[in-house]
Order: sequence, then structure tokens, then C-alpha cells
Amino acid sequence: MSATFDLRRFGGLVHKESLQIVRDPSSILIAFVLPVVLLFLFAFAVSLDIRNVRVGVVVEGGGQPANALAAAFAATPYLEARFARDRRELEEELVRGRIRGLVVIPEGFSAAVRARRSAPVQIITDGSSPNTANFVDNYARGVIATWLQGLPQAKRLATGVAIEPRFWFDAELESRASIGPGAIAIVMTMIGTLLTALVVAREWERGTMEALMATPSGILEIIASKLVPYFVLGLSATYVCVAIVHGLLGVPFEGSLLALTVLSAAFLVPALGQGLLISALTKNQFLAAQIALFSGFLPAFLLSGFLFEIKSMPLIIQGITLAVPARYFVSSLQTLFLAGDLWGEFLLAIGPMLLIGGVFFTITASKTRKRLD
Amino acid sequence: MWLRLRAQIVKELLSVLRDPRSRLVLVGPPLMQLLVFSFAATLEVRNVDLLILDQDPGRWSTEMTRQLEGSSFVDELRAVDDPGALRAGIDGRQAIAAIRFPPDLSRRAVAGRPATVQVILDGRRANAAQITFGYMNRITTTVNAELGAGAIAAVEPVTRHWFNPNLEYRWFVVPGLVGILSMISALLVTSLSIARERELGTFEQLLVSPARPAEIIIGKCVPALLIGLTLGTIMLTAAIFGFRIPFNGSIGLVYLGLTLFIVSIVGIGLMISSVSQTQQQAILGTFSIAVPLVLLSGFATPVENMPLVLQGLAEANPLKHFLVIVQGSFMKGLPAHIVRDNAWPLLVIGAVTLGSAFFFVQRRLQ
Repeated sequence: MSATFDLRRFGGLVHKESLQIVRDPSSILIAFVLPVVLLFLFAFAVSLDIRNVRVGVVVEGGGQPANALAAAFAATPYLEARFARDRRELEEELVRGRIRGLVVIPEGFSAAVRARRSAPVQIITDGSSPNTANFVDNYARGVIATWLQGLPQAKRLATGVAIEPRFWFDAELESRASIGPGAIAIVMTMIGTLLTALVVAREWERGTMEALMATPSGILEIIASKLVPYFVLGLSATYVCVAIVHGLLGVPFEGSLLALTVLSAAFLVPALGQGLLISALTKNQFLAAQIALFSGFLPAFLLSGFLFEIKSMPLIIQGITLAVPARYFVSSLQTLFLAGDLWGEFLLAIGPMLLIGGVFFTITASKTRKRLD
Repeated sequence: MWLRLRAQIVKELLSVLRDPRSRLVLVGPPLMQLLVFSFAATLEVRNVDLLILDQDPGRWSTEMTRQLEGSSFVDELRAVDDPGALRAGIDGRQAIAAIRFPPDLSRRAVAGRPATVQVILDGRRANAAQITFGYMNRITTTVNAELGAGAIAAVEPVTRHWFNPNLEYRWFVVPGLVGILSMISALLVTSLSIARERELGTFEQLLVSPARPAEIIIGKCVPALLIGLTLGTIMLTAAIFGFRIPFNGSIGLVYLGLTLFIVSIVGIGLMISSVSQTQQQAILGTFSIAVPLVLLSGFATPVENMPLVLQGLAEANPLKHFLVIVQGSFMKGLPAHIVRDNAWPLLVIGAVTLGSAFFFVQRRLQ
């Protein structure tokens, strides 16, 4: 086996790998079609902005104040209210999940409000979807508080302390803005880790890896020639994603293309390294796919912080996220899109990504060398 | 014919289970994922860091700070002394929210004039920022009650969360993951079945064997169904006895749902397999299907928040119906007639996917 790195041989190998990519419709599918589908799904299906949550409002007694409060529920755009006189009419709907909460305005509510006594209102939520339950609770309380402020007897009272919030970077709070960068990280993980793991595992499975090794090419040339085309494919997929997120979904892009390229290149190092390591360990496409899904895709989806807050996780899991390259990539992409080039933050993200990548490559190198002995 | 069919099924099972690493990979990673993700997948917001710039000499800013310090969602409160530090702290992600108490806060509050606290929230983390803002609003409500201001005292809403009184996110996530993880495994096993034979060149051997197309197809379906059911059983057991998620429904009905669900997934897997030339195509195809199925299932975000077109698509998603059954059976103790209303769509989807798979594979076989 030659230890030297021959550029002409290397060029030939890269050419061969690139042809394999271009000729297999499935790699084009995953690099260019799937990102488009994914980004649209992420943008429109994974919406964390809650609107039109269906709730039921039960007015058990009558009276002007009770009906006025019920009308306030009908008017709010965040809730879609249905009305009933008896809570039993709507309880089954709650079990079915057709409504997510019940607001019960009990008998005697109107009398209590008129007499300025404390009047109870019951909010029942469907706790089986905890996030929606929280929103229902908060919005229902908001509707009640706003309605109270409009009452004549509230006028005399002082206004008190209020919070004036300003959401930076993303004034409209559209969750698509923070989800776009997350979707990019997932697509890149798929190309870098899943596709690379599959391609190299196939060479092992079919025995063509041994054939490659019997050629004068060194192991370094062989491995690098597999990585270069996927590196290029990954980068082009990133540009496509950014074009969609910025151009079609209207998410601002405050950063520079240079920073985007540097960050993506840094992220591809651990992503490709992981794919290579998986294929070297499994040498079987089924195993490689299964492991790439569970160690690459799902962590990028759930542990990278784009959907679930890392700081809210238990400490052990927070520790695990430190080893997930997507975590660093997602947070710097979010900054890149919404805040611009903050190189201090980027460098702090690039360091760990390169480190994790280095570890993957080192293990792969030692495993591969052993096999050749 | 039964003998031939049995031989087929045994052979298919062996091709997946013979390799000890395959066996391990079928069960190990899904269980580990169940463990890790059930703790990670939470939309609750805890351990938040806040920055405070207190320019108010009065007591009400101190009172609010004390309340914030005492609340469970806050991890660290850091006082800063100039507005620039607030800005830099949000930029550098040291805090999700930066609070400024203006110099006249207490004076205005006591005089009964509107007093505003300015809060900057990190919009990059839209969901968490919104929830943090909600928590802060509750604190101002308490402070206002102490101030004797606001009309809050007149009506007291009392909240009860049914089915999950403390809103444990894990009760929602674990049953959902049971569905997702068994789906991914069953899908992968089926989609590889024909593609592997084709890649290895053994598909032609199947064609010249006396087995009839129907037998070949059943021979591919049954093992995947068995694997999916086994995996589902292991994870349901882990959810009930390991995670101690309250199970109030009927085990029989959950299995009915699980069987119909895996059957529809097997149909999808076979369709992918029949159009794939190689294992790589089958795996990538599986993936391209699995991600939309998960996203449109209501696991990540509720289906009713989606645009109408996607809600329609979600009705054709077997995972969506199974999640209703499995999550409902755990927390709500879903009665039989509601399970039935969610099971028949699964039956229809299963008939359509298996029927189309049959058509696709038969075309390949001729």
C-alpha cells in the first residue's frame, strides 16, 4: 500500500464517487428534494404558535355578567369556543380530544360579580397534551383578566405594574424563524451521517472496499475521496436550504455567506466523521442505517435545542447534548439568521464541532488500520 | 402451501435476526432512545437565566426581584448596572430575558399610575421566550395583588388539568415514542426485505421458486409484523413498569390498535421496497416517508394547529390515529367506542397500503 498521496489518483477516485452520486436518484432525492419538503413541513406543520385552540365554554347559570364573559371567549382569536349549558355535553368531547379545554362559569357567577364578591370560574384542560393545556390555561386567564378590566367597577382601581415585552431578533415571534435553522441542521446530518454511512457500508458489504484497498491508492486517498463529494453535496444542500428559508419563507438572513460557509464546513467535519465511523464499525447497510438514525438524526432532532430547550433538560441529558454537534450548529445558525455575524459565538461553536469530528476520525482511523493488518 | 409459507417466514426472520448485531440494534437503540428522549423532549421551561437592571430606588422592584428569585422556573438572576450589559447578555445568550426596572417604577405604581417594567426577550428561542414571558406576567399579577391594584381579586379562576394533573410532559412523550420507534423499525425491516434480495441478486431465485406471489408477499409481511409487535410490547412494558406512566385503558384495545398500525406501516414499507433498486434507495425512501409521518402525527405539535390542507393529510397518517389510541389509553383510559372510532381509519389505511403494496410487488414478480 502506498503511503503517498497522489493527486491524480485522488482526482480519479473523486470523479468515480461523484458519478455514483449523480447517477443514483436517491442521493439527489435526499440532498435536494427532501430538504424542500422538510423545510415546508417544518415551517407549516411544526408551528409552535398556538391559534384557534378549540375549547368549550359552559355557562351554567344565566345573567348578564356570565353571558358577557362567555362572549369575551367567543371574541378572542386564540381560542375557538363552543358553548353549552351543561358540562356533561362537552366532557366526552374533551376525552375524544376534539376540544382541549373547558371553561365553566358556574351557577351564581353573575350574582357574585354584581355583589362584588369573589366569583369562581373553573378552567379544565386536557392534560394529556401538556403544552396545549398550558396555553389554554394562560389564554383563558388572559381573557378573564381583560374582561375584568372592562368592568365598570374596575375603573376606579389603579392600573398597577405591567410588563412591556420586546422580543428581540424576531418581533413577530413566528416559530418558523427558529425552526428553519434547525431543519437545516437535520438535513445536513442526514447527508453527512446517514448517506456517508450507507455508501461506505455498502462498499464493505459488497466487498468492493477490499478491491479498492488492493489498488495502489492509499487508505487516506480512498477515505478522503469518499468524503469530498459528500462534503460538496452537503454544502450545496445548505445553500439550497438557506435560499428557501430566506427567499420563500421570509426569514431574515442577517449574517454573511462567508460565515455560513465556515459554519457549515465545520459542522460537516463531525457529521461526515460520524458516518464514516458507523460504516467502519458495522460494515452492513441495515445496521448502519439503524445506528445513523438513532445516533445522528434523532439527536439532531430532539437534543439540538431547536425544538426543546436544552436548559430545561435534566443535567445528565444536558451533558449528553454537549457531544451532539448539531447543538452547536443550530444555535450558531439561529444567530446567523436573526442576529448576524457574531464571530465570538461562532468560534465557540466551531471549536467543539471540530473536536468531536477529530475524535470520530481518530477512532475510525484506528479501526480501519486494524482491519488491514 | 402452509409448509412453504412457514419456511418463507422463518427464512425472512432469520435474515434479520441471525446476526447478533442486528438483533441488538433492533432492540437496544430504540430502548435507549426511549430513555434519553423521554427526559429530553420537554417543552416545559425551567432553569432560565435572567439579567436585571434595577434603577428603581423604591421597594416594588425589590419585591418583584424577590418573587422572581423564589419562582421555580428561574435558575440564576444576575444583576447588572448598565443597559449595555443587558444588550450584550441577550446577544451572547447568557440569559433568555433581560429586565429593566425604570427609576420611577415604584413611585408611579404607588401613585396608581401605569408603571412599566421593560423586558427584552431572546426571540431566537421563540417558544421558551414566550413561556418565560407568561411566567413573568403571573408574577406581576401577584405583585399587583399586593399593591392592591388591578381587579384580579374579583374573579378567581381555578385550573384543573384532567388526565395529567401536574402536566408531566413525560406522560405525553413516552407513549408517543412507543409509536414512533416501533414504526421506524417496522418500516425499515420491511422496506429492506425486497430491496436486499434485489441487490444481492436472490430475487430471481424467488421468482423461479414454486412460491406464489401471494405467498412471497405474506412471507415478507408476517416477520415484519412480528418484529414490530415484539418491539411495541417491549416498549409498552418499559413505559408501564419502567417509567410508571399511568395506564388506565384496555391492553387488548391497545394491541388491536398496534396490530392495525403495524399492518399499515408494513404496507408502506413494502411499497418502498418494491420501487427500490438498492438497499440504499430503500433506506433513504424509508427516511423520506418516516419524517413527514412523524411531523404530521401531532407528536411534535398538535394537528389542529396545522393549516387545513395538512390536517387533511394527517387523517391519512396511521401514526396520527395510533397516537390518539395509545396516548388516550395511557392517560385518559379511552373507552372502547372512542378507540373504535380511531381504529377504523387505521383499518382503511392498512387495507389501502397493503393492497397497493400487493399490486406493486406483484408487478415486480411478473
